[in-house]
Parts: sequence; C-alpha cells; structure tokens
Amino acid sequence: MSQPQLNRSKLPFTGRIVMFFIRHIQQAMASMGELWRNPVSSIMTMAVLGVSLSLPAALQVLVKNAESITRSWESAAQISLFIDEGRSEQAIQSLITRIKVFPEVADVSYVSRDQALEEFQTLSGFGDALSYLDRNPLPAVVMVTPTNRYSSPEGARELLQKLQQQPEVSFGRLDIEWLERLQAVVSLLERTVSAVAALLILAVVLIIGNTIRLAIMNRRTEIEVMKLVGATEGFIQRPFLYTGIWYGVIGGVLAWIIINLLVWYLDGALAELLGLYGSQMSMQALSFNELLQLVGVASFLGWLGSYISVRQHLRAIEPQ
Amino acid sequence: MIRFEQVSKVYPGGQKALTDVSFHLKQGEMAFLTGHSGAGKSTLLKLMTVIERPSAGKVWINGHNIADISRNQVPYLRRHIGMIFQNHHLLMDKSVFDNVALPLVIEGFSLGEIRKRVDGALDMVGLYGKDKHSPVMLSGGEQQRVGIARAIVNKPPLLLADEPTGNLDPKLSMDILRLFETFNDAGTSVLIATHDLGLIARMKYRTLTLKQGRMLGANELEPAGPGY
Repeated sequence: MSQPQLNRSKLPFTGRIVMFFIRHIQQAMASMGELWRNPVSSIMTMAVLGVSLSLPAALQVLVKNAESITRSWESAAQISLFIDEGRSEQAIQSLITRIKVFPEVADVSYVSRDQALEEFQTLSGFGDALSYLDRNPLPAVVMVTPTNRYSSPEGARELLQKLQQQPEVSFGRLDIEWLERLQAVVSLLERTVSAVAALLILAVVLIIGNTIRLAIMNRRTEIEVMKLVGATEGFIQRPFLYTGIWYGVIGGVLAWIIINLLVWYLDGALAELLGLYGSQMSMQALSFNELLQLVGVASFLGWLGSYISVRQHLRAIEPQ
Repeated sequence: MIRFEQVSKVYPGGQKALTDVSFHLKQGEMAFLTGHSGAGKSTLLKLMTVIERPSAGKVWINGHNIADISRNQVPYLRRHIGMIFQNHHLLMDKSVFDNVALPLVIEGFSLGEIRKRVDGALDMVGLYGKDKHSPVMLSGGEQQRVGIARAIVNKPPLLLADEPTGNLDPKLSMDILRLFETFNDAGTSVLIATHDLGLIARMKYRTLTLKQGRMLGANELEPAGPGY
C-alpha cells in the first residue's frame, strides 16, 4: 500500500531557509531574554563559570609570561673558551677570526689575560692577594654567543663540542645546568596547568549541564505541550543550547575581566621582584585575540554542556 | 482518516489495555469515543498520537501506518492532528496569542502570517480580541476554547478531543460541541472521547464504545479501500 510522504513543511524551500535563520536568531534572543528575566540564578551560574574559567586562563597567562622570561634568558646563553696558556696573542686572534665565520656563532668577544686579571681584581675583592703572586694565573677567555638557533641547551652543547676541537682551546664551558632546570620547571608548570585546566573545563561542562537540566525540569509542561503539537526535538532543544552558549560567552568575558584585574594587581609586585634580578619586564595580560579565543572556547563548552544535558533529559520527557 | 486493524496494546508489566480493536473513522466523519475510565480510551488516543505504539495490529493515521513512522517523523505526523485536552494544557505564563501561535511558530511561519491565522482561529472560537490576555484571566470555558483555537490554527485534517467538556456545565459543553460541528462541516474529521453519555444522546453521531479494552458492537471494519 503506497503512503504519501510525510511532508516536512508547508513552506516553500527558500522561505524555509529564511525562516530557519530568523528562527535561530529569535531563539537565541529569546534565550538571552530568559536569562535576563531570571537574573539571580543566572548571575550566580555565570559567576561560577567566570571563576572556573579564570583559573585555567590565569595559569595560561602564567605560562606565557614564564616562557617569555626564559626565552629572554636563553638567548643570553654564552660559551666561555679558556685558551691554553702559552698561546701567543696572534694565535688567539686567528682563532677568533676562525670562530667568527662559524654559522652557529652570533658574536665573539675576547678577554685577554691582563684584562681578566684586572676584572678579577676589581670584582672579587682579592686584589691584594693577587699581588703576592709572581705571575698572572688567569687564562685568556674567548666568549662565544651562539645564534638563536643554537642557544637551546642541546644546540649550545653541540657548538661547544665543535669549539673544543680547536687546538688553542684548553677547555670550553657552557653554564647551562640552571637553564635546563628552568626548562624542566617550566614544562612541569605547563603540565600542571594542562591537568588543572582539564579538570576545570570538565567542571564548566558539568555546571552548565546541571543548570540546563534544571531549566528543562522547570519547563517540563511546556516541553510536553510542544511535543504534542508537533515540535521536533531540534526545535525544543535549541533554546536550551543557546542558553548554554550564552552562559559560556558571559562566563568567558567574566573570566577575562578577572584575569585583567589579577594581572593589574600582580604587575607591581612582579616588576619589583624582577627589578631585583635586574630584569625589566612587565606582565602581559590577555590580548584581544586571546579574549576571542577564551570566549570561543567558553561558548563551545557551554554548548557542549547543554547538549549533553538536553540529549539526556529532553528525550525522557514524553507527553502523558 | 483513522483506521485500527486488530490492534492490541499490552503495557510492560502485562497490563492489557486494548484487545483486538478494529474501527475506521472516515475522512470528514465526526464520532464519539466512549467508555468507563480504564476502558482503554486514553490508550487509544495515545496510539493515534504515537505517544504509544501498538503491541499487535496496525494503526493508520491520515494514510500513514504508524509502524513505518520513525521517532524523528512523529512530530510531522502530529502536525496533522489537532489535539484538545480536558485540562487544556495551556501555558499559563504565556499570553493567549503565544499559546495559539505555538503550532505555527513550530512550523516556521512568518510573524505576519502567524498573526493573521491566530486572529482567524480566535475569531472562530469566539475569543477575538482576547489575544493579549493571560489564560489565567479567562474562565474555564474560555480556556478550553483557547485550547481549541490552538488545535485548529494550522488547519489539521483531524481533530482529537479528550474529554473536552469534562469541566464545563451543560450549556458550555453544548457550545463546544457546536464548535466541533462547524469544523466538521468544513471537512475536518473529528473524534471526541467523552464519558458524558447525556451529551452523546443529544447528537446524531456514531459512537464507538470501549469496554475493558474491547470495542463493543459489530466489527464494522470494511475492507481497506481508497479514501482514508
């Protein structure tokens, strides 16, 4: 027996497309209005979301700043080459000329034995003791600054190997241990941030899911009526999905505001601390691009939380 | 319009609600469905609106076998059916206009079209100009008529009414039935479930009677043909 196809809509195709967008905008605005009309509960939820999102974002800011600090220190990595005693000044100059043309080398500076002695006398405070020695015990030093590409611990070590093969060099020294430690600390920090961020993101999804669940329960009768008069699940779930997205958007903006307040509060103290280390850096807050990313991620989380909730609870509601 | 062929319904747990029910409501026909509470009226209505599905037998609604209708298609089938309830299922926090407009909003009509049709539907049930009221401000009879306006606003070929006069006095009940007659005159098929036997007696329409899950009277099913 042939059956007529169930017609999806009485409207023509183009009208359907236009109405699809109009309806989406209407439902998005209606969801916003719904939040506006119940300000107390929605503000509480948004505040919770803002705080939850601000923590991973704050950690992100921390990592970003830590990275920029280590980067500035990394580029200061230098290799000291101690020259064999008894090499003539000419031999040393020819060594310097040779090293300068290495592609890995950015800059070379030279501290002669006499200069080294002078420096030691003024800086160490043992100047008087040195005058008892009958000859200068200090070696000449060639300081090599690697190019950016070779300033990482591995790259610098490689360059050090190469430089140590020069006959004039007695031994070379790369003071890199502290740099490796710093890198280890930063990567530990990054991992911690990822783990904490993952947990907090999960919390955001659960909070939104639960909020939407309550909203669905509150509108149970309305959902039953809509199902009875022929509303599709898509139509019924859309306002809830938009509510979730709005929660995410506003939570994200709140988090951004919290971060900027936090950076503003910490910046003075940090500048003082870094000033003690002779560094001139200030903390970077979130840029506009990062604000967009934060809000984008937050609204996706809002959508995800409400989608999970809607999938679970909307189907369970059937007209009686 | 509605055709049941040897339909049985057993709920999980073994409770038998309908046994071997067959009947045919023709296109443009108006009929009553009656029986004591527990006789299976609600189950029958739930099968027609695909809230429940039959355990055995076939149910045809407006030419569609509901066994062939997937979960996703159910809403589209329900748009062919205007439903009216005893407790009218109005949304009390929305205006009369919003309540009546709901089926049109769901189908995606433009606002202008919605306004035109809602005004028309409210005019038919005698509530023209009350669109801005809240249902709470209306009397029981008026609320029921809002429910009827919502059921007919998208001009469905079939009206199902579940105890539409349950809470109303005889005069108001008669008014509501007259309203159904006007829709029937316009070609809409109407099935009214009621236990108000006095009301049925005063009307000339066919009566389907359920007793303990069975349809009383001769098995009036003719062979399947065109026209349903």
